[in-house]
Amino acid sequence: MSASAMVTVSYREAMRAAIREALLGDERVFLMGEDVGAYGGCFGVSKGLLEEFGPERIRDTPLSESAFVGAGIGAAMGGMRPIVEVMTVNFCLLALDQIMNNAATITHMSGGQFAIPLVIRMTTGAGRQVAAQHSHSLEGWLAHIPGLRLLAPATLADARGMLALSLEDPNPVLIFEHGSLYNMEGELPADAGAVDIERAAVRRTGEHVTLIAYGGTLSTAMQAADELAGAGIEAEVIDLRVLRPLDDSTVIESLARTHRAVIIDEGWRSGSLAAEVSARIMEQAFYELDAPVARVCSAEVPMPYAQHLEQAALPQASTVVAEARRMVGGG
Amino acid sequence: MNEQELHDVVIRALTEVAPDVDPAAIDPQTDLTDQLDIDSIDFLNVLVNVHEQTGVEIPERDYPKLATLDDAVAYLLAAQPRGAGTDA
Amino acid sequence: MPSLGADMTSGTLLEWRVKPGDAVKRGDIVAVVDTSKAEIEVEIFEDGVIDELLVPEGTRVPVGTALATVRAGTEDEVPSARPVPAAPQPPEAHRLRASPIARRVAQQLGVDLAAVTGSGAAGAITKADVEHAAAGAVTPVAPAPAAPAPAASGAPAPPPAPPATPAGEPGDRALAMRQAIGALMARSKREIPHYYLQTQIDMSRALAWLAEENLNRPIAERLLPSALLLSAAARAAAATPALNGFWVDEAFRPAEGVHLGVAISLRGGGLVAPALHDADRSSLDELMSGLRDLVTRARAGRLRGSEMSDPTITVTNLGEQGVELVHGVIYPPQVALVGFGAVLERPWALEGMIGARPIVTATLAADHRASDGHAGSRFLTLIDRQLQKPEEL
Repeated sequence: MSASAMVTVSYREAMRAAIREALLGDERVFLMGEDVGAYGGCFGVSKGLLEEFGPERIRDTPLSESAFVGAGIGAAMGGMRPIVEVMTVNFCLLALDQIMNNAATITHMSGGQFAIPLVIRMTTGAGRQVAAQHSHSLEGWLAHIPGLRLLAPATLADARGMLALSLEDPNPVLIFEHGSLYNMEGELPADAGAVDIERAAVRRTGEHVTLIAYGGTLSTAMQAADELAGAGIEAEVIDLRVLRPLDDSTVIESLARTHRAVIIDEGWRSGSLAAEVSARIMEQAFYELDAPVARVCSAEVPMPYAQHLEQAALPQASTVVAEARRMVGGG
Repeated sequence: MNEQELHDVVIRALTEVAPDVDPAAIDPQTDLTDQLDIDSIDFLNVLVNVHEQTGVEIPERDYPKLATLDDAVAYLLAAQPRGAGTDA
Repeated sequence: MPSLGADMTSGTLLEWRVKPGDAVKRGDIVAVVDTSKAEIEVEIFEDGVIDELLVPEGTRVPVGTALATVRAGTEDEVPSARPVPAAPQPPEAHRLRASPIARRVAQQLGVDLAAVTGSGAAGAITKADVEHAAAGAVTPVAPAPAAPAPAASGAPAPPPAPPATPAGEPGDRALAMRQAIGALMARSKREIPHYYLQTQIDMSRALAWLAEENLNRPIAERLLPSALLLSAAARAAAATPALNGFWVDEAFRPAEGVHLGVAISLRGGGLVAPALHDADRSSLDELMSGLRDLVTRARAGRLRGSEMSDPTITVTNLGEQGVELVHGVIYPPQVALVGFGAVLERPWALEGMIGARPIVTATLAADHRASDGHAGSRFLTLIDRQLQKPEEL
């Protein structure tokens, strides 16, 4: 790495810097969503942008996800590069018709005449005691839909760098920002920029077991890997980053080294992304497996409000450690 | 019982406590407990078994008289109740 | 999977003696488990109805694994909830648990999976197990064969005794037992600060009383000197609580009763030390028949789980082999081991006269964390005193 100075930033600031860079670099880019303007975004991501870029490019919308996501699709079809913020993934269900029946299909239905260079950002996940209507992880549902690209930035570099290429993509891109990450702080090169939106990343190397995570569960996996290292088990940690289309090869190559996998997914187990990844491992790496694939997912309940119940419902590092030990330690 | 039958009774009792022993390899004139590495409980179990098969009472003071295979067969042959062999 | 001794980390479920729907009561034998030492009959500790068998026969699982679920209540109370299948299908022939890559590597290396012991979850054979097998490394524990062991070649027709076929090759079993004993004894010597005491005991009264007693007894009811020694040790243990119990979690935990572990050597090597329950309150007849039963079943490999896990103090009697005394190694988590040597005729001075007397040397190895020499000394003295009054044993 070159001599670029390091600066301390939060995930929220990295995301804001990415949006600001896009706004500065391309006049077609604009941001819209509930409270993104005067209020600065429900999670503070767009704070200050209204003052800098004005109400034409930082647009507050009515409380109608279907309307403003649809408007974003139309704008994209008309040549703009909209960034639409949906407050949480739970609310995107109100816009699911727009996302699935329009955004994901118009390119196909029009025989390629229309591209949909739309970016939809949304917060996902639990852990903040906002109960069962604001806490779910529905990435797995949306990852079911052909025609979409789904990204889950779990690091500062990805928060800073994933937006640029997403706006260049002619297809709709959904970016899932885990609510627990906004306050995460760390160092980033001052000139950090675009990162690839194709590949999963190996965040830690190890030879005994592969922990596969994304978004909010990456830190769970990293914590579990630290604990396992104390017990002599070297875990490899894969950050999926791209939830659709999945990067199979990074996972399969890792399995060829470790022969064991634990998938950590904040979604519900049934029909989850974890289920999809597990199936692909079975399809493509069956003869590499030295143990059945294990999944650590959220309990199949509406996310509880009470803090201890919420934590009990979420994937915990201790569970990941136990699964990995059972797999590696035998007995 | 005749000599051969008594011999078989003793062998069966021995192999019950020491199933790994090859009967053909037992030296008929060497002390059984040493030879077969059996202890006093095993030996008692052998004598109880032999008693049940033959009806011969074996007082404790006579135990040394059954120390080898040959001795045991000879002792039983001399001591078995009359008639015990005829209906076998 | 019950812990059937401090050295046991896993066991193979050899055989189910019950099936779902069977009513069971506390103490019933429900399964047979193969530890590395022996085949053990496992008792159940609850009354109820067997709901589901969770571990298939032939599977090796870690200690603490649930083997089956039991519903409370009796069979009558749950009549139609679970209709008994008309034809209880016999479990499918046990399929070898091996991971996909273990199978692939086994094929590449020409390893017969049936001869490999699984160390993976639920006893599955892993890649590493296959590679060890291929490298000629001996697997730590013999696998439970799915098929009956082949009849011993050239052996005479076996006596009509209960089947005593040990799991796996005899060599594997002996090796596994060696390793288990090694691990436990190494732990004992590493962790337990042993102290040793010994005393010589005049056995003339005891043996004279015994000879007299046996005169009137049919052969099957005769007593051996061992029974007197065990009885004396058990009663002395009951009177010395500091020697009868367990060292667990950095503290001594006295035991409720005296369950006397009896070291029994096995033919072909190795030993087990199952319990004679409540030995301090048993009559000599009960002890004697218990001992005969225990030795017979130990040698046949048919001990019960409670016998393996319950001993509170252990006695080893090496006198049979003629040695004069034994300095024992304590079985963790017990805190004492009593040793008896051979009863030998020795010159003995008494009241200014020297005579020949049958003498046995009793020894005590005890855990200095739990007791001191004073208690140990008192214990050996009590044994001596008991043996001078054999009629009270």
